Amino acid sequence: MKVAWAGSPEAFEVCDRMAKLVANDPVFEKFSKPMLGRKELFKNTLRKAAHAWKLFNDLHLTEEEAKWLRHYIDEPNYTDLHWEMFVPALEGQCTEEQKKKWLPLAKTMQIIGTYAQTELGHGSNVQGLETTATFDRQTEEFVIHSPTLTSSKWWPGGLAKVATHAIVYARLIIDGHFHGVNGFIVQIRSLEDHSPLPGITVGDIGMKFGHGTYNTMDNGVAKFDHVRIPRDQMLMRVSQVTKEGKYVKSNVPRQVGYATMVSVRQTIVADASKALSRAVCIATRYSAVRRQFGSRNGGPETQVIDYKTQQNRLFPLLASAFAFRFASNWLKSLYTDLKQRLQVNDFSTLPEAHACTAGLKSLTTAATAEGIEECRKLCGGHGYLISSGLPELFAFYVPACTYEGENVVMLLQVARFLVKTVSDLGNKQPVGTAAYLGRVAPLTQKNCVVQTAEDWLNPGAIVEAFEARAARMAASCCQRLAEYKSPEEGFAELSADLVEASLAHCQVIVVSTFIRRLQQDIPGKGVKQALEVLCYVYALFLLHKHQGDFLATGYLTPKQASLANDQLRTLYSKVRPNAIALVDSFNHTDHYLSSVLGCYDGNVYPKLYEAAMKDPLNDSDIPDGIRQYVQPILKQKLHSAKL
Amino acid sequence: MEGVDYLSDERQKAQFDVEAMKVAWAGSLQALQLSNRMANLVANDPAFEKFTRPMMGRKELLKNTLRKAAHGWKLIVDLRLTEEAKWLRLYIDEPAYTDLHWGMFIPAIEGQGTEEQKKKWLPLAQKMQIIGCYAQTELGHGSNVQGLETTATFDPQTDEFVIHSPTLTSSKWWPGGLGKVSTHAVVYARLIVGGEFHGVHGFIVQLRSLDDHSPLAGITVGDIGLKFGNGAYNTMDNGVLRFDHVRIPRNQMLMRVTQVTKEGKIMQSNVPRQLIYGTMVYVRQTIVADASKALSRAVCIATRYSAVRRQFGSRDGGPETQVIDYKTQQSRLFPLLASAYAFRFVGLKSITTTATADGIEECRKLCGGHGYLVSSGLPELFAVYIPACTYEGDNVVLLLQVARFLVKTVSELGYKKPVGTTAYMGRVASLMQNNCAVQTAEGWLNPGAIVEAFEARAARMAVRCGRQLAEFENPEEGFAELSADLVEAAVAHCQLIVVSKFIEKLQQDIPGKGVKQTLEMLCYVYALFLLHKHQGDFLATGYLTPKQASLANDQLRTLYSKVRPNAIALVDSFNYTDHYLGSILGRYDGNVYPKLYEAAWKDPLNDSDVVDGFHEYVQPILKQKLRTAKL
Repeated sequence: MKVAWAGSPEAFEVCDRMAKLVANDPVFEKFSKPMLGRKELFKNTLRKAAHAWKLFNDLHLTEEEAKWLRHYIDEPNYTDLHWEMFVPALEGQCTEEQKKKWLPLAKTMQIIGTYAQTELGHGSNVQGLETTATFDRQTEEFVIHSPTLTSSKWWPGGLAKVATHAIVYARLIIDGHFHGVNGFIVQIRSLEDHSPLPGITVGDIGMKFGHGTYNTMDNGVAKFDHVRIPRDQMLMRVSQVTKEGKYVKSNVPRQVGYATMVSVRQTIVADASKALSRAVCIATRYSAVRRQFGSRNGGPETQVIDYKTQQNRLFPLLASAFAFRFASNWLKSLYTDLKQRLQVNDFSTLPEAHACTAGLKSLTTAATAEGIEECRKLCGGHGYLISSGLPELFAFYVPACTYEGENVVMLLQVARFLVKTVSDLGNKQPVGTAAYLGRVAPLTQKNCVVQTAEDWLNPGAIVEAFEARAARMAASCCQRLAEYKSPEEGFAELSADLVEASLAHCQVIVVSTFIRRLQQDIPGKGVKQALEVLCYVYALFLLHKHQGDFLATGYLTPKQASLANDQLRTLYSKVRPNAIALVDSFNHTDHYLSSVLGCYDGNVYPKLYEAAMKDPLNDSDIPDGIRQYVQPILKQKLHSAKL
Repeated sequence: MEGVDYLSDERQKAQFDVEAMKVAWAGSLQALQLSNRMANLVANDPAFEKFTRPMMGRKELLKNTLRKAAHGWKLIVDLRLTEEAKWLRLYIDEPAYTDLHWGMFIPAIEGQGTEEQKKKWLPLAQKMQIIGCYAQTELGHGSNVQGLETTATFDPQTDEFVIHSPTLTSSKWWPGGLGKVSTHAVVYARLIVGGEFHGVHGFIVQLRSLDDHSPLAGITVGDIGLKFGNGAYNTMDNGVLRFDHVRIPRNQMLMRVTQVTKEGKIMQSNVPRQLIYGTMVYVRQTIVADASKALSRAVCIATRYSAVRRQFGSRDGGPETQVIDYKTQQSRLFPLLASAYAFRFVGLKSITTTATADGIEECRKLCGGHGYLVSSGLPELFAVYIPACTYEGDNVVLLLQVARFLVKTVSELGYKKPVGTTAYMGRVASLMQNNCAVQTAEGWLNPGAIVEAFEARAARMAVRCGRQLAEFENPEEGFAELSADLVEAAVAHCQLIVVSKFIEKLQQDIPGKGVKQTLEMLCYVYALFLLHKHQGDFLATGYLTPKQASLANDQLRTLYSKVRPNAIALVDSFNYTDHYLGSILGRYDGNVYPKLYEAAWKDPLNDSDVVDGFHEYVQPILKQKLRTAKL
């Protein structure tokens, strides 16, 4: 099962090796992280990043290994932006000449870069950015400027204290004309003494949710006061500005940018499965350790994992972790396919691929954020302790719902795609994940034929149910949109319903991807069977949760929905004996989990006690403040006390 | 920039009298004046500044809280505050040991102590000559009070109880104020007399010396470590406590309900046993009140910032659209606004706390990326609120208790007429037979139709659970097997209570121009939002047709447009000071961006341009000299 989770024996081997390398290196200790003040915390992170880069060079790690090394260090830092945003942007948007100049510097870390797009007043809407890059023909330079307070760059990780360079997105202006938003390489700090260059105001934007979490990252603010950069520092692969100030578009299609977006979102889906698997691993193990109520004749209480209310909340999340894992693996192949097509100017699958990745990004990140918090609650009161690992995991994870495409904005993009696909059905056959919409007529006419709870253990019946629900919801939205004179007004008015239709579509993708994965050969005794159980749990859990949709569209009768729920209950009993082994299959080290409740050996209570004693407040029996602020109260001498 | 009001246009759109709504929210004019006075007292006192809190280390943070608590107590004494003290503590807005002292320790003695015990302990506690907490939960034991392991063994020789922690898991764990401050605790322990177990009881145990504050002999006490959030509950010294055969006099057992005589005889007085649980009920009511406060704070922040923030939709280079004008924003935000009002007028722990915790996080997301900054106030509000879902009764455990009650009510229908909140079960036959008669979207603007829909759904779900349970030979086994469905039935019942109480409230006279009409609108939003969210239940029970459910949703959309112009005024009606909100995004004047910018510079990392650690750990990388660097 560990191999099935990792994707391949090779992938398993690399992950396992990197996870242990990190876990066994005392430099990467992370227990004390939440207790550090901001400056100390940040310094500690810089140290870990330097140590990791040293390991990378000393051990001659491949890029794949380095990626896993960074992953298991499990601490956001400036190198994430440098390697995952700055370098890829250079690779994707530079001309050959620019690449030759900048990539060697970046890849040896002689410069450290970040990606400065969002502004204080502007997030998802790139076209709304205010920073300007005005071409000065005289000197052949661009003048980068922040005309307002709200145009300050805001959020970029690594920007505040570390990055020497940034790719800054700005409105290109030539002779007073606006030519769209473009990227520019801007040096932020001196390579000598690291001080900010003239005209640049740069700093940290302050504390974020959680203790360690993203507070190890120097998310920054930057303002530019007429900062000049040479003309050849505009990223010119797609469009160029000539010496003479002419704006020229190359024949590289603008769509190439979308491939990067698809790739980034694929990573986000993969990260969702990782984060959810961590939370589920902690909650499952602790649910087996923790006992509550149900003692018979003074015997031990019942393990909470044996309660149906616990199973009913926990097992769908366990199944979701696997579902998202397989969805992300499949997205990887979609990305490879898309990249090949784009190279030969085949854009036919682009809208579908774009909608699919946007939708899965939204679905998986939202479900994961909620799932982590649910796992925290499933651990009872102790889940609220930092030493449970869950508060930090949650605080660390939640920005995924907002960055790289805010989740509701993503679902609205999916909705536009669905509406377009349905309205074009007469003259265009939908492809890929939208292919089922081509069968909208039978999907709308034929209702579910399930008659017993066992009938729900049928991949065909399940896929058809999800397809029928999604197709009917999309069709119904289209019909109602047609009632509006202005399509845009209709779209705005019905947007909440459109979002629901999009979610239904995305669930079709995840459910059918899971089912297709199970049609392949999966080696190992009982592995495939155990995954089949999880697949049914995932699908029937969604069906029960959204039974309103299935009933409202008339595809299911209340009786059939109730049979699905009966089957779900039966499935929980089948998951129960395998629960611990399933979370062990994630192969997470205790270091990576960083949770006393989720420790592999289940020795929770002594470890919790031990961890508590390490809090700085326990350095002494009588902490600072008692003599000044409590004793005067007790001794009834508050009046004369100095507060 | 001071004195600006970027939201004044929004305020002018309101269709009701904000001052009158403030009174409706506060409950009465007196309550409004009182809370207003206390809120301003705190907001204007620099001792209660809270912006820097999230940046402090743990020790500094606790010290700061102790200082505020002392200052607060001084104000209470100096200004002779009585009832107002509770409000003062609320607006100081920082969990502290005093919450437990006043909210649990004193009520426990009042409720469970004999007259003699009260005479001895209450004056000491009320003057704070002793500081107490409430030590019930243990490392291995939460919701199940009967599972507690700490023992109190009676020793007739010395007329004492011996308090003891026999195992590691019996360590008291979580009590607020226990870790570092409390001198005394009400400790719950298994009473053992003559080798026999006589139930769990409360005992007053002194923990620390009143001279030098050091822990007494046989007592190990400490803090349990960091909790969720930066400030949040880390200002509280939640504690761990172990007893090694600690002796207390016999008269320190709380004896109002059960007494142990000198001779070791157990006596029961005729006071109802439920009194023991009185303290817990008291706390639960406080939690409900907190739910509406916490949710309204989050909603206030998200609503104001949604009016300030603009995104997309620029026409011809004009300003972008205010995000509050997007239907997707409204459909997430306005039901929460309506819920805040609903919870203010009605309270039920099990569903209000969960909805509030989810609602705060939803508000954070509704603020986009900036909601992730601590300066938005929302991360801290979330972190400080969520324990409400687990402390004093895990929500699912509470819902299962409701479910037991429902199933029992249904099974006894033949010979026992249900009363109070379950009275509708008496009409179960007609609720099962008659389906919804709504035919138009306007048909849903009818309190009768709404209450009946919620009653029918709840009754049908309860009856269905009852039937399914009957198929099991062993009822307990059936209850366990069907518990997930039972929880859903319990939620349906609780939602009915909130909806119908909200509607009842609106049948009273509510003064002020447009106030009642606006509240009616919110009541419909609340009910129809729930109906849409749970339409699966309404359809599965056959009470609604898909068409009727869809009409409800159409009506809901229309209602959102009616809420829109009133949104800012509705959150202004909570009457929160900027100090209490503690959020840059939620500022009254809407002057968000300059203040966010200003706040950023106060982070310790911005003390210098080149940060500590750069020379050691970054420069060697840039200069390609990592190999020789000392890491």
